[in-house]
Amino acid sequence: MSILLDEKTPVIVQGFTGKIGSFHAKEMIEYGTNLVGGVTPGKGGMTHLDRPVFNTVKEATTQAGATTSIVFVPPPFAADSIMEAADGGIKTCVVITDGIPAQDMMRVKRYLRRYKQENRMQLIGPNCAGMISPGKAMLGIMPGHIYNEGNVGIVGRSGTLGYEAASQMQALGIGVSTSVGIGGDPINGSSFKDILALFEADPATDAVMLIGEIGGPQEAEAAEFIRDHMSKPVVAYVAGLSAPKGKKMGHAGAIISAFGESASEKVEILEEAGVNVAHRPSDMGHSIQSVL
Amino acid sequence: MDIHEYQAKEILAGFGVNIPRGGVAYSPEQAAYRTTEIGGRGWAVKAQIHSGARGKAGGIILCTDANQVQDAAADLLGKRLVTHQTGPKGKLVHRLYVEEASSIKSEYYLGFVLDRKSERVMVVASAAGGMEIEEISQSEPDSVIRLVVEPAVGMQPFQAREMAFGLGIDAALMGQATTTILACYRAFRDLDATMVEINPLVVTDDDNIVALDAKMSFDDNALFRRPEVSELRDKSQEEPRETKATDRGLSYVGLDGNIGCMINGAGLAMATMDMIKHAGGEPANFLDIGGGATPERVEKAFNLVLSDEGIDAILINIFAGINRCDWVAEGVIEAVRKAEPDIPVIVRLSGTNVEEGRRLIRECGLAIISAETLSEAAELAVSSVGADATPKTASTGA
Repeated sequence: MSILLDEKTPVIVQGFTGKIGSFHAKEMIEYGTNLVGGVTPGKGGMTHLDRPVFNTVKEATTQAGATTSIVFVPPPFAADSIMEAADGGIKTCVVITDGIPAQDMMRVKRYLRRYKQENRMQLIGPNCAGMISPGKAMLGIMPGHIYNEGNVGIVGRSGTLGYEAASQMQALGIGVSTSVGIGGDPINGSSFKDILALFEADPATDAVMLIGEIGGPQEAEAAEFIRDHMSKPVVAYVAGLSAPKGKKMGHAGAIISAFGESASEKVEILEEAGVNVAHRPSDMGHSIQSVL
Repeated sequence: MDIHEYQAKEILAGFGVNIPRGGVAYSPEQAAYRTTEIGGRGWAVKAQIHSGARGKAGGIILCTDANQVQDAAADLLGKRLVTHQTGPKGKLVHRLYVEEASSIKSEYYLGFVLDRKSERVMVVASAAGGMEIEEISQSEPDSVIRLVVEPAVGMQPFQAREMAFGLGIDAALMGQATTTILACYRAFRDLDATMVEINPLVVTDDDNIVALDAKMSFDDNALFRRPEVSELRDKSQEEPRETKATDRGLSYVGLDGNIGCMINGAGLAMATMDMIKHAGGEPANFLDIGGGATPERVEKAFNLVLSDEGIDAILINIFAGINRCDWVAEGVIEAVRKAEPDIPVIVRLSGTNVEEGRRLIRECGLAIISAETLSEAAELAVSSVGADATPKTASTGA
């Protein structure tokens, strides 16, 4: 098993016919993802990559049965696309787009609250690498071949640092159930906590690798959740030990602006909650090996 | 993106916040002449730099005649002001704001931030104005009032009233107070700000509510729809290396170490810097060259890192995802061949086509050091700059 995504999950691409959308759609199809079509307003009725193109998300869910979408729409229009997905009946929406204004994301999060918890779309990202359930399906921009099938869940903010963890694990013969990138933005969809809860409930996941970074309260919330609600071992690494205060380190959300947001404070909070913390990024693989 | 106090005041005044009369000045003569335009009997000459705590650093001088204003301006212009927010190099003063002095009855703190926990705009206020909010939160935590704005409808007048009454502002001034608070909120919302701060907000002796200082920051991700905000950018307040990088579309933060870094992905870049620290070295910069590490991008980034005179080695760490290591290797080889750096270059490649990439590096005939793992790369970089990892000040001639 896996979380959120498997080989049967019917997926559409929002921003399907654009250059980036097309490129990654091809990669996802090759990996085995059940891509049932895509949405590009104004191009409905066309066929792209042998799949139908729809004008609206509603058409894609009702006519092609899509339950899940991946968004490659440019920043000025991305929030609109996410709300369209939620309204169109999409259950899980992964947003790759980097550069969405924070106030747009604030409105998106508010909009999602109009649906009852059990009907609410699970938003992953934005500004993330997406997710992959190795051997089953890929919904993102990662290199699929660095992930072995296995029993470790990965959740992290950063794309390439997640790849680093996966390849360290691969070198040790450790595989992954599902890897989820929650993205580097200050206001994002699913938090560490949300994804940890799914891994805790997934019978195919035996341990979780959490990859955090400076900025924001989500690692601290994760620490509390792990302490109170998780039976499976969690290994964490927090990037940004040498990051100065008040400087944005690449990700819009990677900025130390309040107490508890630096890497060393987060490490302390996680360790206090009983999380096994890898102090060096080169130890992520070995640390996971030690808890399996 | 940050702006100056006088720019923030102009913006907020446009939304209905009272500000003291004042004007910007670029020379001592302009500063002195401002006094005649503004009128009054006392003036504050205020250094315009992108930092708070200017008063403590000597950046605000109170004067009672035009000669004093002129002297104060001459003293401040061209000076580098060091506050705890600027770093040791400080920030260059090349603009001043001359403002009429206000007689203060009481002062308050008023701030608006994007709260990441509630994922909403949070308003923070305290009757202990004048101090920084971090200090207030520590010394007088009970004085801090917080409220969260519902994004669907925006801030409501009752919330502004609650806040003003909570601060103990006189009931007779309630109209002015709510106007001020709501105006700040509208400026925040309408211009995609990430922070609006008035510290202090004062009640003057003649019962006016006035913003004595103002600070605003804006969401870089929203600048595509805010050309009026972009216009306010002052590159002289940025670290020159960062300006150069921003203008090339690269994400860069200058640091004080001597190992130049070039990495794809923000998280991996931070992790690589952490590894350098663990190995006993100091990174000279954060640099994320982004997802699509094309040979051209690699070369551009390489030259940017190399242009930093304080570096003694360069560490390149690329995890080729949808890219290919052999292409990245070609880009690095090309960049090294053209730039001919006389400092060690350490390259760690990982991901797609890694064997081919490493072969190219090995066989290129250039002095590029290849590393296989993250820890090996960091150790090689640190040992290459010598046991003494403290940065050299002299240029390496690169």
